[in-house]
Amino acid sequence: MDVLDVSLRIGGVLLAFLLLPLLVGQAEHKVMAHMQGRLGPMHAGGFHGWAQLVADGVKFAQKEDVVPQGADRTLFRLAPAVALIPYLIVLIAIPVGPGGMVGEVIDAGIFFVLAVLGVGVLGSLMGGWASANKYSLLGGLRTAAQLMAYELPLILAAASVVMAAGTLSLPGILDAFAWWWVPWQLIGGFVFFTAGIAELHRPPFDAPLAPEEIIFGAFTEYSGLRFALFLLAEYAGIVVVAALTAVLFLGGWHGPLPDQLGWLWTTLKTAVLCFLVIWARVAWPRLRVDQIQRFAWTVLVPLALAQIALTGVVKVVFL
Amino acid sequence: MNPLLAPAVLTAAPGETREFLSPAGVEIVFVLVGLVTLGAGILCVTSRQLVHAALYLVVALGGLAVHYLLLTAEFIAWVQVLIYLGSVVVLLLFGLMLTRAPIGPSPDADSRNRPVALAVAVLAAATLVTLVADAFRTTWIELDTPHGRSGDIGASLFRHWVLPFELLSVILLAALVGAIVISRKRGPAPAEEEQR
Repeated sequence: MDVLDVSLRIGGVLLAFLLLPLLVGQAEHKVMAHMQGRLGPMHAGGFHGWAQLVADGVKFAQKEDVVPQGADRTLFRLAPAVALIPYLIVLIAIPVGPGGMVGEVIDAGIFFVLAVLGVGVLGSLMGGWASANKYSLLGGLRTAAQLMAYELPLILAAASVVMAAGTLSLPGILDAFAWWWVPWQLIGGFVFFTAGIAELHRPPFDAPLAPEEIIFGAFTEYSGLRFALFLLAEYAGIVVVAALTAVLFLGGWHGPLPDQLGWLWTTLKTAVLCFLVIWARVAWPRLRVDQIQRFAWTVLVPLALAQIALTGVVKVVFL
Repeated sequence: MNPLLAPAVLTAAPGETREFLSPAGVEIVFVLVGLVTLGAGILCVTSRQLVHAALYLVVALGGLAVHYLLLTAEFIAWVQVLIYLGSVVVLLLFGLMLTRAPIGPSPDADSRNRPVALAVAVLAAATLVTLVADAFRTTWIELDTPHGRSGDIGASLFRHWVLPFELLSVILLAALVGAIVISRKRGPAPAEEEQR
């Protein structure tokens, strides 16, 4: 692996990291507007207001970067970076197509991805605590509680796929994939996707943000670019969770077309899942904090365990 | 280290000459990360700001994970990140925020047991360093081939080390039951209180 190869791969990952979250953000504007029977911003840039995202970016960059007087300045400034960077690192391990179309093949890839994803929440916690604001603190607390509740089903569901494939490597899992895995791992896929959305505190699991109750949770005191970075982390999270679900449960690059077009399938599946995430935001009301906890412990964890049992039985008896 | 765990990892090299004074890049990085880890650990126990201490703990535990990576124990490194950084520290921060987490130094962060704690820490460190240095004096780890791949670890864990592994799970279960017992309310049950 020479220098050119490595820099090409890193450049590709960086490009995806900079581009895809913005695309999801723009898609969210448009999809929400259409689903709610309104136009949304239509003027910037001409065609369907495509440049509104650029305008938003310029607006964020122009805003004053305020740090509250009572805040812990260092941590307050550091928090958005801690929230954002793990998603960049995770993208390195997600395979896009067959034959080495991946940033870096990691032996324990799925472990790596889940481990690094869990670090991102430290950013929300730091921001929530360092803001010296009771609503921020409440948001941070809810974020932490939610992460701890949903980490378990997330890992259990991923473990089911690992059992089926017999490897922890993400390209290895895709090499072992067969079409009937989709119905076989359907419950696990549901658990993984739902728990992933919950870890990103996207609606209907957005009690940690809950603008009507606690202003904007851990991000209440943020403005300008730092706030934009938190939002970017959320959209990058959507991309990562959707891509992971596509790779683990929907067969990633496998599809009817020849293997050279594998990356197209991965992208398509990821895009459909991103659409589902946005749809969920429009379709469902927010769950209460206790409902969120109950859903994790009484629905998702048993479902994930049942999926693991099913995977084991099929693996031993039929394969 | 037991030869069963990784037969090919450690080789005693009596005849070969290994230069300690011309370290390779990995060794330099190892020492530097070690210094960062040590510094973060010291800051963690001396910081008077509770949340800062918890975050220094993140740095220290992350440094350990990098060490595992440098020693090609990839799987252990990710487990370290997943369990300690992702769960234990989050739990710790959750507890801190729930009980008391003032911004700025806490005056009661230091106790009078500091000298005793220092003595215990120095003693423990001295014992461990002497012991480990003595035990692995002539052993050498080859970094060119990965040793800590998940397959190898799984095989040795579930072939040779099943009994200790299961014993650990029993201990964890006991700890869980103990935690429930301790956290239960003492005295009359709430239902009886209502009746009065």
